Amino acid sequence: MEAVIVEPKLTAKDFVTDQEVRWCPGCGDYSIIKQVQTVMPELGIPREQIVFVSGIGCSSRFPYYMETFGMHSIHGRAAAIASGLKAARPDLSVWIVSGDGDSLSIGGNHLIHLLRRNFNVNLLMFNNEIYGLTKGQYSPASPMGTVSKSSPMGSVDFPFNPAALSLGANGTFVARSMDRDPIHLREVLKRANAHKGTSMVEIYQNCNVFNDGAFEVFTEKGTKKLNTLMVEQNKPLIFGEQGEKGIKLDGFKPVVVNLADVSANDLWIHDETDQVKANMLVRFFNKPGEENALPRPFGVFYTEQRFCYEDALAAQISETIAAKGKGDLDALISGRNTWTIN
Amino acid sequence: MAATTEIKTDVVILFAGDSGDGIQLTGTQFTTTAALYGNDISTFPNFPAEIRAPQGTIAGVSGFQLHFGSHEIYTAGDASDVLVVMNAAALKANLRQLKAGGIIIANTDGFDAKNLKLAKYPDGVNPLRDSSLEKFKVYEIDVTKITRTALDGSGLGTKEMDRSKNMFVLGFIYWMYNRKLDNSIEFLKEQFKKRPDLIEANTKVLKAGFNYGDTVEAPMARFEVKPAPVEKGTYRSIMGNQAAAIGLIAAAEKSGLPLFLGTYPITPASDILHELAKYKNFGIKTFQAEDEIAAITSSIGAAFGGSLAVTTSSGPGIALKGEAIGLALMLELPLVVVNIQRGGPSTGLPTKTEQADLMQALYGRNGEAPVPVVAAYSPSDCFYTAFEACKIAVEFMTPVFFLSDGYIANGAEPWKFPAAADMPEIKIQYAKNELKEGELYKPYKRNEKLSRPWAVPGTKGLEHRIGGIEKENETGNISYDPENHELMVKLRQAKVDGIANYIPLQTIDNGNAKGKLLVLGWGSTYGSIKTAVKEAIAEGYDVSHAQVKYLNPFPKNLSEMLSNFEYILIPEINNGQLIKVIRDKYFVDAKGLNKIQGLPFTSREIKNKIIEILKG
Repeated sequence: MEAVIVEPKLTAKDFVTDQEVRWCPGCGDYSIIKQVQTVMPELGIPREQIVFVSGIGCSSRFPYYMETFGMHSIHGRAAAIASGLKAARPDLSVWIVSGDGDSLSIGGNHLIHLLRRNFNVNLLMFNNEIYGLTKGQYSPASPMGTVSKSSPMGSVDFPFNPAALSLGANGTFVARSMDRDPIHLREVLKRANAHKGTSMVEIYQNCNVFNDGAFEVFTEKGTKKLNTLMVEQNKPLIFGEQGEKGIKLDGFKPVVVNLADVSANDLWIHDETDQVKANMLVRFFNKPGEENALPRPFGVFYTEQRFCYEDALAAQISETIAAKGKGDLDALISGRNTWTIN
Repeated sequence: MAATTEIKTDVVILFAGDSGDGIQLTGTQFTTTAALYGNDISTFPNFPAEIRAPQGTIAGVSGFQLHFGSHEIYTAGDASDVLVVMNAAALKANLRQLKAGGIIIANTDGFDAKNLKLAKYPDGVNPLRDSSLEKFKVYEIDVTKITRTALDGSGLGTKEMDRSKNMFVLGFIYWMYNRKLDNSIEFLKEQFKKRPDLIEANTKVLKAGFNYGDTVEAPMARFEVKPAPVEKGTYRSIMGNQAAAIGLIAAAEKSGLPLFLGTYPITPASDILHELAKYKNFGIKTFQAEDEIAAITSSIGAAFGGSLAVTTSSGPGIALKGEAIGLALMLELPLVVVNIQRGGPSTGLPTKTEQADLMQALYGRNGEAPVPVVAAYSPSDCFYTAFEACKIAVEFMTPVFFLSDGYIANGAEPWKFPAAADMPEIKIQYAKNELKEGELYKPYKRNEKLSRPWAVPGTKGLEHRIGGIEKENETGNISYDPENHELMVKLRQAKVDGIANYIPLQTIDNGNAKGKLLVLGWGSTYGSIKTAVKEAIAEGYDVSHAQVKYLNPFPKNLSEMLSNFEYILIPEINNGQLIKVIRDKYFVDAKGLNKIQGLPFTSREIKNKIIEILKG
């Protein structure tokens, strides 16, 4: 009988390194790393099989704090590094940690190509709508008019909507969560890991130094319920202080209705496999408080089963080997036409 | 009419026509046939930047020069003996490269009023009709008409018929040099496997070209170029980029590593991608990335994962990769960066050759960022140099530059290829989990080569973090400590410098080890220098030749070698780059010979300079 080695069950602590965490006190990143470290043991993946890859930015220090394999690379390139790593090593569990500046600005090109190729990796996009590490310039996710060091009169840059961008790039898993809702974040992280393909998780993260309160209307007790919409598969879109409001489709137009006025059957039922509806849902992007503003949705907006690049690449190799046999180096070096001088 | 046969020791033929005329194919076919016959040969294709530049214009002229002989051949030849022109523009663009008394084979259909105008000949001027070509022998052939006649009734349209014109020319040249058609007929059968009608048509035209020589009622010369007394052995014809690709695969096989290529298409490097993409049965993964930066960073990801990672590009792409090369050297991961140089700066001359990226390879990064650099000197040498680049990369855990250029990348020569078993093994030092309880793995602990063992994800207990921020010695943890930074900069430099202890010493290629003049070359200038020095030595000049392959670090004995000569001449296809490094490093008053025309040196240019220095 073979000896059965029982691996001790890992805990969140096993994913903490000996390195002192250097984020500013009160930073949203602390909550996010805690949720990631909490979720990790539940995934059942050996630590040596996990790689965290980051670019540059506050969030990108993340790998140094995770007791797994990790690479803290250069600005914007984590998605491309992860692509090469996953293509070379489909067996690894690859996590990209990036921010709104890193992913949407300098790394924008890699982001869209990662999504269309659908490598089976997880992308955690910490969105704080600001450049933190360079000390407070507006980012491609900052709303128009953002007053920052580089936009003292307000930004004149129209922002990206990361979830809509990801769907536009044919992402197969698009979700949003927030640093201030640990339970929700952990659930979304688990869903992201379970999805085969590129899982894009936008995480609203508070930068208490340079952009404090950017998302407080969505994250704080007093306003959260009225301004956020937590979507769940097969459930109607309901929100409000007492869950008294809902979203209904009027033709192709989403409208806010009072549950008292409509039958629950008439509400929009969330179906994360419906691409058309997902495209509408991610475009719920009004400024809170605007007239007829729709609530900001959170949760898994869209999932799709589509082949992953690394699998197709590996399949071509095995098919070629099956058809031609394994490559012979001598035959390759000599080529088909040779001549001999005696 | 019977033709006389004259014996020649070597011949240069230049095929020229519209880029759509199939000139490259005609040239490569003649090359293979000549090589199979046993001639020594060297070729140089010269094509326009546009795929289909306006027909009939000078900008659209594509050329293929080949030099074959019954003795050793090292260059594609300074000037041509035979110029084949498919139209007036081709004549105008290449006439100055034809030797006095040379032969012009002109397709008369390409000299009609329209073509003359497109070639910008003045109104009413036709070089075939005036006395401007008196110094040459001109054979006028209406290739278009004869090709169409030969294919009459084939069922092909005129456009399709005209595509076979190059086969007529090839057939005729085969006749001129007494060559058999078999090799090209076999090629056509393979090429048009799915179009038997095209196999038949092209074969027919090829034969028509050959028979034309026998039947035409005009005195035409035939030549014989006997096989060259080359070293015994089995040969193949090889182009530089092809050789580089095979060298990379050989290194993967010899190291037992999977090969990963992250790349983005760019002239003249793309052929390495095309080549590697064919060999999936070697387990090669080619990744055509979204840009040059993703090309290299995906390779860095693959290297982290344990692959033999390579990225291929040319100057402009290398410029974009600069930051990531710095990352690779900071991470101390193996990576081969291939630069097939072209004319610069900026977009420069994409299809023309230049050696102007040496400084970029040596110094083109922020910070103190030493990277080993090796350069191939001939098409077949690309095989060995690519292999060597991989070996250094994995043995020293560093990015390595492999430099080649458009001339040798697209040029071809016969290659007495090695057996796989003769290539050295490449040994990888992997990190092992030998940690005691509670001990943490130190990713930057170095071995005797100052290299760090490779700790590949999946190895239990070796979980670690690496990054582009300065790291603490051994632990790899982030460190801003001033002394530590200086130590790390010096360690990384010492590692690269130490490679000099593991590479071969510099050898003299030709001439004495001590003497008056040393011609010191690097890269693709090899053939021209070799020919020039050989001739000069035969004429009694005291000159020697050395070609540097290891450009960083230099071989340990280079300094001593340089001190053995009164004069040092450094010819380069740039404005003087190696010369700056040599002057800086060895404090010698080297002289430069520089050509920046997108073209290789002729051997005459180098020989003239040798004579000038030695007589001056």
